[in-house]
Amino acid sequence: MHVVYPAVLAALLFSIGVYGVLARRNTILVLMSVELMLNAVNVNLVAFDVWLRDRLHGGQVLTLFVIVIAAAELGLGLAIVLAVFRNRRTVEIDHVRDLSEPADAEPEAAADAVPVRDGAL
Amino acid sequence: MTSAVPGLWPPTAQEVVFLLLGVMAAGTALLVVTTRQIVHAALWLVVSFGALAGCYLVLTAEFVAWVQVLIYVGAVVVLLLFGIMLTRAPIGPSTDLNSGNRVAALVVSVATAAVLVTTVIEGFRTAYTPLEPGGGAASSLGASIFRDWVLPFEALSVLLLAALIGAIVLSRTDIGGKD
Repeated sequence: MHVVYPAVLAALLFSIGVYGVLARRNTILVLMSVELMLNAVNVNLVAFDVWLRDRLHGGQVLTLFVIVIAAAELGLGLAIVLAVFRNRRTVEIDHVRDLSEPADAEPEAAADAVPVRDGAL
Repeated sequence: MTSAVPGLWPPTAQEVVFLLLGVMAAGTALLVVTTRQIVHAALWLVVSFGALAGCYLVLTAEFVAWVQVLIYVGAVVVLLLFGIMLTRAPIGPSTDLNSGNRVAALVVSVATAAVLVTTVIEGFRTAYTPLEPGGGAASSLGASIFRDWVLPFEALSVLLLAALIGAIVLSRTDIGGKD
């Protein structure tokens, strides 16, 4: 088995997960994409464990650990999503913007920046 | 690693099986991130995880493959389906599953794929290992976990307990913090 096959598969899966995290709007779909990225990591760990013939089986044991941590992360993530849904009646990431910068702050900052630069000149 | 490294083409029978399973896993993963129905995304995720379990089997990691089937296909997808139902997601096709920055996401992911694939191919073009059965069997892996990896294993059990308690606290409404 050439190592390049599982490595390329892992790279493609990771990129697909990146696309899902960035492009999806529903929080549960984002969590699914995160699981895809974690699976890409697992493919790499298993492939390199088999290639390097690790005496401690580090790759496969770490794969099991990653699977367990992914399950814990998903449980907590879904609990948070359900809490958000209870309070907001929505799970769409675009609509949960309480911690974002206010939209009208940017022109102000730009307007502040211009006189400072003029003064420096 | 060895002197006689076979070429990338023609692939051996193991590699053909791995490639088929890999194409299946990547294709269904693509469907997961592009489908218009949330429930279908969860079901395509089952196919993707199953194909990845097959990949692990081909790579002689039997125990990891069965853990993948049990936890991912069994538990994680059921948890996701519960989440879909509890948030009252639309069952039919919906048009607003993608956010506005879809083009930027496409650019970023294609760039990531290009960088990773070229790096990996450059780095591991000649890496080859013959597959030998037994390396990932439950007995050897269990001995390894309980001999060499006991401390991370126990720490992980504490982490699972913490995650369990955290999920309970987050999802119960009558024991929330003081407002």
